[in-house]
Amino acid sequence: MLDYVKLLILGLVAVCAAIAANYARDLAYLVHALLIMGAAAITFVIVLRSADEPKAPVPANEYMDGPVRAAAIATAFWGVVGFLAGTFIAFQLAYPVLNFDWAQGYLNFGRLRPLHTSAVIFAFGGNALLAASFYIVQRTSAVRLWGGNTAWFVFWGYQLFIVMAATGYILGSTQGQEYAEPEWLTDLWLTIVWVAFLAVFLGTLIKRKEPHIYVANWFLLSFIVTVAMLHVVNNLQIPVSLFGSRSVTVMSGVQNAMTQWWYGHNAVGFFLTAGFLGMMYYFIPKQAERPVYSYKLSIIHFWALIFLYIWAGPHHLHYTALPDWASTLGMVFSIVLWMPSWGGMINGLMTLSGAWDKLRTDPVLRMMVTSVAFYGMSTFEGPMMSIRAVNSLSHYTDWTIGHVHSGALGWNGMITFGMLYYLFPKLWNKQRLYSLRAVSWHYWLATIGIVLYAASMWVTGIMEGLMWREVDAQGFLVNSFADTVAAKFPMYVVRGLGGVLYLAGALIMAWNLYMTVRKGVVRRDAPLVAPAE
Amino acid sequence: MEDTYTVLQVIARSWGAMFMLLFFLGVIVFTLRPGSRKIHRDTANIPFRHDDRPARDTPQAQTRQTKEARQ
Repeated sequence: MLDYVKLLILGLVAVCAAIAANYARDLAYLVHALLIMGAAAITFVIVLRSADEPKAPVPANEYMDGPVRAAAIATAFWGVVGFLAGTFIAFQLAYPVLNFDWAQGYLNFGRLRPLHTSAVIFAFGGNALLAASFYIVQRTSAVRLWGGNTAWFVFWGYQLFIVMAATGYILGSTQGQEYAEPEWLTDLWLTIVWVAFLAVFLGTLIKRKEPHIYVANWFLLSFIVTVAMLHVVNNLQIPVSLFGSRSVTVMSGVQNAMTQWWYGHNAVGFFLTAGFLGMMYYFIPKQAERPVYSYKLSIIHFWALIFLYIWAGPHHLHYTALPDWASTLGMVFSIVLWMPSWGGMINGLMTLSGAWDKLRTDPVLRMMVTSVAFYGMSTFEGPMMSIRAVNSLSHYTDWTIGHVHSGALGWNGMITFGMLYYLFPKLWNKQRLYSLRAVSWHYWLATIGIVLYAASMWVTGIMEGLMWREVDAQGFLVNSFADTVAAKFPMYVVRGLGGVLYLAGALIMAWNLYMTVRKGVVRRDAPLVAPAE
Repeated sequence: MEDTYTVLQVIARSWGAMFMLLFFLGVIVFTLRPGSRKIHRDTANIPFRHDDRPARDTPQAQTRQTKEARQ
C-alpha cells in the first residue's frame, strides 16, 4: 500500500516538474525543473521495480551503514571538487585572464565563488556531517537507524540539493545572501530533506538502548535543529513567479542585513563548529582509544557554546546602519566565546594525555589533533577580529579570507580527513588503511598548504587595510584601489600555491581510500554476517 | 498599548535575559553536582561499547546470536 502512495507522489512530482519546465521563465529554473523531474522519475522506477515484492526483513541486529558509506564517498568526492574550484578561483584572482572570454557570465570569478564556498561547506562539510551523524548516533545509541530508507532519502535528497545549488550559481540564480545563495525552490527542497534528517536522528535517539545521550549527539542535534531554524528564517522569500527562480526578500534594509549575518555567523557556529565538535567528541576518543578528558567540561562546553554563539552575528556589521548597541552586543559575545572554544579545545587535546606517544606513530590521530589546534587558533583570531577597532582594519580585506580558511581548511578539513581515515577501514571491514605513508604525505601537504594560505592572507590583508586608510599631510587618500590590487599580486600567487598543495593532499587521500576499499586486508575480527547493504 | 517591538524587547532584556542566565548557571551547577562523576564516567565510555552491532535486549540473547553467527 505504502508503495502505491509513494508511486502516486513521485508520479505527480515528475508530471508537475515537467509542466513547470515547460512554463519556465529562466534557464536556471528550467534546469532545476528538469533535475527534479529526472530525480522523481528515477526514484519512481526504483520503487516500481520493488513494489509488491516480498520485503527482506530489516536486520535489527545490524547497523545501517549504507547511507554512511555513501556519505563518506560523497565527502571525499565533493571535497576534491570544492578544493579544485577554490584553487581555480584563487588563480583567477591572481591572473584575471583565467576569467575566459568564452565563459563570461558562467565561469567567471563571481559565478564560481559561491560554487566554491557551497561546495566545500555544504557539499564536503555537509556530507561529512551526514556520515558522522548517521554513524555516531547509531554507535552511541546502540540501535539501528530509525525510519528505514528515510536515511537514503536524506542522502540522495541532499545530493540533489547540492546539484541544484551548483547549477543555479553557474546559471546566475542567486538571492545574493552569502552562504544562503540558493533561490526559493532549492531552499524549499532543502527544508524537506532537513526535516527528514531531523526525524531520522531524533527517532534513533528516542529508541536508544543506552540510558544517556552521549555528548557528541548533543552537538549534532543542536547543529540539525539550529540550521533548520536559520535556514527557514533567512530564506523568507516570496517568489516573483511560480515558474521563475527569482524571489523578493520579506525583510529589507538593515533588518535583512542583520538577519543575514545572524544566519551567516551561526552557519559557522552550528554547521561548521557544533556539528564538527560532535565529530571531535566521538572520533578523537575512538582514535586515541581513551574516553574524553573531562565529560563535565564537554557538557559545559556545549551549553556555553549554544548560549553564546547565537548572539555573535552582528560583529559582521560594524560601522554600518546597524545600531551601535547591536554591534557592541555581537562584539562582546564574540569575545566571551573565547572561553567555551578554548575549553573545548583543551578537552580535545587533553584526551590524549597519557597517549601522546601515539602522535608519533599514528598520522590519523596527528591530523585530528592538528585540527583541534587550528580550532583553537581560529577561535582566538575570530573574537580578536570582531573587536571594533581591529575590525576597522581587517574588514573587507583578505585577512577575513585567511581567517575563514584557517578555520575551514585547518579545523573542518583536517577533522573530516581524520574521520574519513577512521571510517573507511571500519565501514568496509578492512584491517587498516592501504598506506600510512600516504596519510603522512597528505598531512604535510595539507599543513604546509594551510600555512602558505593563512600567512599570505595575513600579509596581504593587513597591507591592503593599511593602504586603504593611509592619508597624506593634506588628508587625501594616498592609494587608489587599483594600487592595492597590484601590491597584492605576489601574495595571491602564494595563496594559490597553498591551495594546490591542499588539493594534492586531498587527491592522495582519495586514492588511498579507494585502494583501502579495493585492496585492503580484510579485518580479522570482522563480524561474520555480511553487511546487509 | 505599546507596539509589539517595544513589548518584546522589554521582556527580552529583563526576564528573558534573566531566565537564560539562570538556566545556564543551573546547567553548570547540575553538571558539577556531587555524585555525577560516576554517571559521567559511564557516559564517557559509551563510544567503546557496541562498536560493531546494536545492543541486544538481554545478555542471553546476545550469546546465542553470536554462536549462531559462528556456525
